[in-house]
Amino acid sequence: MATTAISTPAYRGEYSGEQSGLWSWLSTVDHKRIGILYLYTALFFFMFGGVEALILRAQLGAPNQHLVSAEFYNQLFTMHGTTMIFLAIMPLSAAFFNFLIPLQIGARDVAFPRLNAFSYWVYLFGGIFITVPILFAVAPNGGWFGYAPLTTKPYSPGINIDFWVIGLQILGVSSLAAAFNFLTTIINLRAPGMTLMRMPMFTWMAFVVQFLLVLAFPVITIALVFLLFDRFFGTNFYNTVSAGADPLLWQHLFWIFGHPEVYILVLPAFGLVSEVLPTYSRKPLFGYPVMVYSGILIAALGFGVWAHHMFAVGMGPIADTFFGLTTMLIAIPTGVKIFNWIATMAQGAIRYTTSMLFGIGLVGLFTIGGISGIMHSSPPADLQQTDTYFIVAHFHYVLFGGSIMGIFAGIYHYFPKIQGRLMDEKLGKIHFWLTFIAMNLTFFPMHFSGMLGMPRRIYTYDAGQGWDLYNAMSTAGAMIFPIAMLIFIYNFFKSRKSGEIAGSNPWGAGTLEWSIPSPPPDYNFAKIPTVTSRYPLWEGKEVDHESARINSQEGKTAAELGIVMPYNTIKPLLVALGLIIMFCGLMTTPILIAAGAALLVFSLYSWLLSPLEPEHH
Amino acid sequence: MTAPAARIHVAHTSAPAPHHYTTLGLDSRKVAIWAFIGSECMLFVSLISTYLIYKGRSVVGPFPHETWTDPTTGHVLKPILNIPVTSASTFVLLMSSLFMVLALAAVQNKEKPKHSRGDRILGNSKLWLWMTAIAGTTFLGFQAFEFTSFVHEGLTIRTNLFGSSFFTLTGFHGAHVTAGVLWLVTLLAIDYRRGLGSRDSLLVDIAALYWHFVDVIWIVIFTLVYLIK
Repeated sequence: MATTAISTPAYRGEYSGEQSGLWSWLSTVDHKRIGILYLYTALFFFMFGGVEALILRAQLGAPNQHLVSAEFYNQLFTMHGTTMIFLAIMPLSAAFFNFLIPLQIGARDVAFPRLNAFSYWVYLFGGIFITVPILFAVAPNGGWFGYAPLTTKPYSPGINIDFWVIGLQILGVSSLAAAFNFLTTIINLRAPGMTLMRMPMFTWMAFVVQFLLVLAFPVITIALVFLLFDRFFGTNFYNTVSAGADPLLWQHLFWIFGHPEVYILVLPAFGLVSEVLPTYSRKPLFGYPVMVYSGILIAALGFGVWAHHMFAVGMGPIADTFFGLTTMLIAIPTGVKIFNWIATMAQGAIRYTTSMLFGIGLVGLFTIGGISGIMHSSPPADLQQTDTYFIVAHFHYVLFGGSIMGIFAGIYHYFPKIQGRLMDEKLGKIHFWLTFIAMNLTFFPMHFSGMLGMPRRIYTYDAGQGWDLYNAMSTAGAMIFPIAMLIFIYNFFKSRKSGEIAGSNPWGAGTLEWSIPSPPPDYNFAKIPTVTSRYPLWEGKEVDHESARINSQEGKTAAELGIVMPYNTIKPLLVALGLIIMFCGLMTTPILIAAGAALLVFSLYSWLLSPLEPEHH
Repeated sequence: MTAPAARIHVAHTSAPAPHHYTTLGLDSRKVAIWAFIGSECMLFVSLISTYLIYKGRSVVGPFPHETWTDPTTGHVLKPILNIPVTSASTFVLLMSSLFMVLALAAVQNKEKPKHSRGDRILGNSKLWLWMTAIAGTTFLGFQAFEFTSFVHEGLTIRTNLFGSSFFTLTGFHGAHVTAGVLWLVTLLAIDYRRGLGSRDSLLVDIAALYWHFVDVIWIVIFTLVYLIK
């Protein structure tokens, strides 16, 4: 390539600003477009996991049903959990990380745009890898936390668990790459004046989540490596029978990852709601610094509570007491957040938009999930509740009532920024109320069926144990979800095509992302703003008027403004593809491993040795 | 902006350090490598903890520090760890970190005038990159020797808990050294192709951070696995 790069655009993958066509999506490195790819893919997997749940609920609707076999039921609940956690909620959060973080901190893109594309493609391929087996009834069947030794070869001889082990390993690569990227972006690409304590709360919570990802994912990586080695190479990590392995090793490693994972799932939703509630209450977030500290505290304590998932294994009174206490402590920062949200709304000029309804929904429903969580933080109580539907009720209130409600609040709030048009509020409200009713009708009765002793993960049950009514209610509630989702999807695509034009700040919000046109131009900010407060758009006297005027202009291209943009490139996709082919080879033939490795190495070097963007002048 | 002040337009066979504004004034790659190293710490913490948890729990030998008599055959298996040999390989790896420091210094001071023969040797980035890579490869050679001799003495990754956790832990470390050597060879290739200058010091800097990290991890492993009985 040599010195020609100076004078002529010698590089083939030149940035063209092209915003349409399949190739532009395959080769994009724009954080906003990657965010949209995450959004669509994760919504697809969300519905896929939803269909799995519907089959589960249909099977359990009445006693002694045999819609699906016990074996397929195992695959369904395993994949329902795996899909919702790793393929739906985490990537939905990632969609917002991608779209919002650079906009909220006043950056042109993430720190490593090509690595960002790589994360997405690994996620997509890994998602397909782990999802396809269920279509052939060979899906993972060991539960979403895949307890070893159950998942070792002697007890799970099929290829089902192999898909799970390798699939999660692939998804871990995606999450870690994205975490390094966002962590660096938030640390290093904040606009002048955007101090840490001026960052929007969503970016703050995203920041905390990246630390959790960076520190928690290596632990499950190793746990999975052990399981992979046990299954493929005959090592003894989980071989309790002849080698004397510790039957709790997996549980410890898994939950050291698994509990921080819970906060990885819910903190982004907390962040979104912390943007939504102030906007529709016309008040700054109440107790901003305390919200920051409580988020950090939740994350830090989250690393010290893992064994509360293991009270039933008999760890002894000291461990039980310690983990019971730390678990109860987490309720304090979480409670602080709840009260601060309420105080944010108190005496505010509240507008009940769909987004606001979902936001308030989170505050209420997450609180219910939090309170049932406190109930089983006590080991004696937990021994009554563990592995029953009470636990299922608890974590669905936390993950549906928390994460999903928050994510929907975020979607309705940010749809105008992403698509440039408003979503239909009337359909939105129908969606909210149906979701709210379905959610409570499905999951609230599970508290009772669980307390009456109904275990998790049984594929059917006998009549007359007092569970029939509650199961019928849960199933009836579950059947409302698809109606709500269809309304949402219709609204989404209709509004995308013909919704009311939004303008740059339809909600009168206060943070930076609302100062630029909707949808934002590829370069985001024509002029990088200087930030002087937490809500620059609300505190007009402090706004840098000149850069605000420049940034609100529409229709200028990056070239006209003299902004250097990264080249589009297909290489991250190829590296991701090489990685997947290697992992597929692990399950089939070494030739594929070699082919995948060749593709990976070749495209990786090609990527690293080619410039990100044109040389600066 | 503290990125290299006067960037010379030279063909980049590597991604150029962009002149974008950064909050810390640091190149983002430097921030990211620290995040990566933080993550790698947890990776090795998991591996090392597992090794320690399984220490002394193996039901059959060979063992690392104790002799074991096979109850069925009466064979006596000696402690398997060869501490003198591993001390030598540890020394080589520690030296490689010194060479890495010299390589980085040579790249950073590339444009400074060289007055003496000593200056020229110290300023020879290729020499020190080669030395680092060779030391790393030597370490890997020691590891290959160790692994094969263990297999000959009857310890494989399947033999017992010690074998599984030992080979996985040290194997992961060896894989990291291998990746580091490939990284160094890549830097050497760039150096031969167009010469690494002070403007590229970041490229060498982040490779060096990784290399030192892998070295530090080995010190921990050597202490916990080999030295403490």
